[in-house]
Amino acid sequence: MSTFGTLPDDRARFIAHPVVLKGVTRTYRLDAVDVPALIDINLVILPNRFTVISGPSGSGKTTLLNLIGCIDRADAGSLMVGGKAVHTMNDNELSDFRARQLGFVFQNFNLLQVLTAYENVEYPLLLNGVPPNLRRSRVTALLEAVGLADRANNRPGQLSGGQRQRVAIARALALRPQLVLADEPTANLDSKTGSEIIALMREMQKRHKVSFIFSSHDPKVLDAADDAVHIQDGRITSIERRLALAESRA
Amino acid sequence: MNTVSLAWRNLLRNRRRSLMTLVAMVLGLMAILLFGGYIRDIKYAIQTDSVKTTGHLQIQHKDYFRFGSGNPAAYGIANYERILTAVKQDPELAGLVTVVTPTLQFGGIAGNFSAGVSRTVWISGSVVEDQARMRLWNDYGRRILSKHLSLAGTPLDSAVIGTGVARVLQLCSALNVSDCPQKTDKPAAEGAALDDDIAALASLTTAPIAAESPGLTRIEVLATNSRGAPNVSAVNVLRAEFQGVKELDDMYVGLHLSQAQRLIFGAAPPQVTAIIVQLKHTAQIPQARERLETLLKTGFKNEPLSVIDYETLNPFYGQTLAMFNAIFGFISVLIGAIVLFTVTNTMSMATMERTVEIGTLRAIGLRQSGIRSMFLTEGIMLGCFGALLGLGAAVAGEWLFNLLHLSWIPPGRVEQVALSVRLTGEHALMIGSAVALVIVAALSAILPAARAARMNIVDALRHV
Repeated sequence: MSTFGTLPDDRARFIAHPVVLKGVTRTYRLDAVDVPALIDINLVILPNRFTVISGPSGSGKTTLLNLIGCIDRADAGSLMVGGKAVHTMNDNELSDFRARQLGFVFQNFNLLQVLTAYENVEYPLLLNGVPPNLRRSRVTALLEAVGLADRANNRPGQLSGGQRQRVAIARALALRPQLVLADEPTANLDSKTGSEIIALMREMQKRHKVSFIFSSHDPKVLDAADDAVHIQDGRITSIERRLALAESRA
Repeated sequence: MNTVSLAWRNLLRNRRRSLMTLVAMVLGLMAILLFGGYIRDIKYAIQTDSVKTTGHLQIQHKDYFRFGSGNPAAYGIANYERILTAVKQDPELAGLVTVVTPTLQFGGIAGNFSAGVSRTVWISGSVVEDQARMRLWNDYGRRILSKHLSLAGTPLDSAVIGTGVARVLQLCSALNVSDCPQKTDKPAAEGAALDDDIAALASLTTAPIAAESPGLTRIEVLATNSRGAPNVSAVNVLRAEFQGVKELDDMYVGLHLSQAQRLIFGAAPPQVTAIIVQLKHTAQIPQARERLETLLKTGFKNEPLSVIDYETLNPFYGQTLAMFNAIFGFISVLIGAIVLFTVTNTMSMATMERTVEIGTLRAIGLRQSGIRSMFLTEGIMLGCFGALLGLGAAVAGEWLFNLLHLSWIPPGRVEQVALSVRLTGEHALMIGSAVALVIVAALSAILPAARAARMNIVDALRHV
C-alpha cells in the first residue's frame, strides 16, 4: 500500500469529518478599516461530494475556500479538516498537510510556466518524495484520464485554457488527496469548455472518491453540485443538501 | 526535474535579464582577475629584480644590517672564503643554490680632484662574474629585458658610477650624461694682484690632470681603512648609469670586489660585508635558511653571523606589495558591491514577477524553506555560471594583454621590465575570486529569497 497520498487513517477521518467549521470569523483590515469577510460561520462539508459555495462577488466565498484550503487563518473559531484541528498548526505543519491531503484548482490555472504539462503534474509528487517509477505511472495515468496524454511535453503557453485547467485538475489529484478545492474553475473558460471541465471534475470525483469544494456563481457548476452553500455578506444564508448522506459515504 | 533543474529553467525564463546579470558578473570577475594577475606579475617582477641583485638570502654579521653599514671593518666577515666553501660544498644546499658570492659595501668619498670636486659615495664591491650569473635567474619565466653588467670582463680598477655622482664630479661630457649644469667661468676676483710665484703655483693646481681625457675617465675613491686611516684608490669610470632612486644615484660607485677590498683592508686579510646566496626557487628559502643557520652554528659558532632574507633586505618589496594588495582589496570590494546589487536586483525582479507562482507553490505544499532554496539556488547558479564564464574571459584577457608585449620601469628600478598579466598557474587567485563571486551571488539572493518565502499565500495568489 502506498504511503504517498492520503493514508488509510486519514481517509477514514475524511469520510467521517471532511470539513467542520465552528464559529469561524475572518476580518481583513483595509486602510485602518476592519472589513468582515466571514462572520460566525458554522458549516459541515460532507464527504465524497461536489459542494459549491456560491454567492455574489465580495460575499466571502473565496475567503471561506482559502480557510478550508489552509492557506489563510481564521481570526476566531475552529476549523477541522479531515479530523485535524488545522487552526492550531504552524506554517510547516500546514504546508505538509496541504501537500498530502489537499488539491487545488485555481481560476487562472496557476501552472508553473517553465514546466511541461507532465512536470506540472509530477511536481507535487516530487515535493513528497514519491519514487520515480510510481511518479511516472501516476502522472501518465492522470494525463490520460484528463485527455492530455499527447500534450505531456507541452508547456502551459502551448496549451489552451481548457487544457491548462485539465492539467491543473490532474496536478490537484496527483497525490490522491481526499479534498480538492477549486476557486471559480470555469470563470476563465468559455461555456463549452467550462461544461467539459465540470464533467471531468465530476468524473474524477467519482473515480477517485474525493470531495470537491468549489467557489462559483456559474449556474452550470451549481447545477452539477451535490450540496450548495449560499453565502452573502460573510454569512451563510442557506445550505442545500441534494444528496443523501448515505449515498456520499457509499 | 529537481530544484537545480527548476532554477535553471527559471533563469532561462527571462533570458535577457539573466544575460545582463551574467555580463555584469563576468566583467566584474574578469576585472578583478586581470588586476590580480597584473599585481602578481608586478610581485614576481620586483621579486625577480631583487633576487637578481641581492639574492634570496645573505649571510651577514648579526649587527651589520642595523648598525654596520658605515663600518665594514668592524662588521665584516673575516672567514668568508671558508664560509663560501662550506656553503658551496654542502650536499643539501647544493641542490638549492644557484650562486653564492661575496660582496663588500661601505661609504667613502669620490673625487675628481682635477676639477676640484668631490662627494660622499656608497661603494659596492662585487664579483662581477657571479653577479652576471645571478642576473640569469628567471624562475617565473618572465620576458627578460635587462642589459648586461657594465663591469663584466673589465680590468679590476674599473668602476661604474651613478649619473648623479657623474654630474657632481663634473664628468658629464666624458660619460655622456645629459641634463648637466653649464660650466661658467668664474669672474676674476677683484683686489690686489698675486705675486708672480704664487700665481704660477695657483695655475698649476687648476690645470687638468686626468679628468676628461677621451676613453679614460679617472676618479679617486677615498675610504677609511681597517686601521682607521684614510686610503685612496684611483679607478677608471666606464659608465655612468642611473640607479633608479635619486638618493642612490647621487651616491653609487660600483667596483670589482678585489679593488674595494684593497681600499679598505690594504694588505691585511680581506673581508666582506655579506655573502649573497641565490636559490633556484623562492619557495626554498625556509629550507635553505634552516640549513645555513645549522651550518653557521656548527662550523662557525664563534662568528656572530645571521641569515637575512630578501624581503628584509628590500623593505620596498613588502611595502609595494602591501600597497597593491590594499588597492586590490579596495577594487574587489567595489566590484563585489556592484555584483551584489546587480544580482539582488535581478532576484528581486524575479520574486516580484513570480509572486503568483510563489503563492501556488506554497498552496500545493512547498514550505517556506523550499521557496528560499529555490531562489537561493537560482542565485548560486547565476554565480557559478558567472564564475565559470568570468574565469574563461579573464584567461582570454590575459592572453590578449600579453600579446601586446608592453614594458615599463617600476618605481625605484633601473631597467625595463615586462608589463604583463599572470593568471596561468595562479590557482589560489582564480579559485578564490571565483568562489568569492559565487558567495556574493548567494548573499545577493538571500534577501529576495527570504522575502519570497515570507509572502502571504492569499496575497500572492491575488497578485496581478
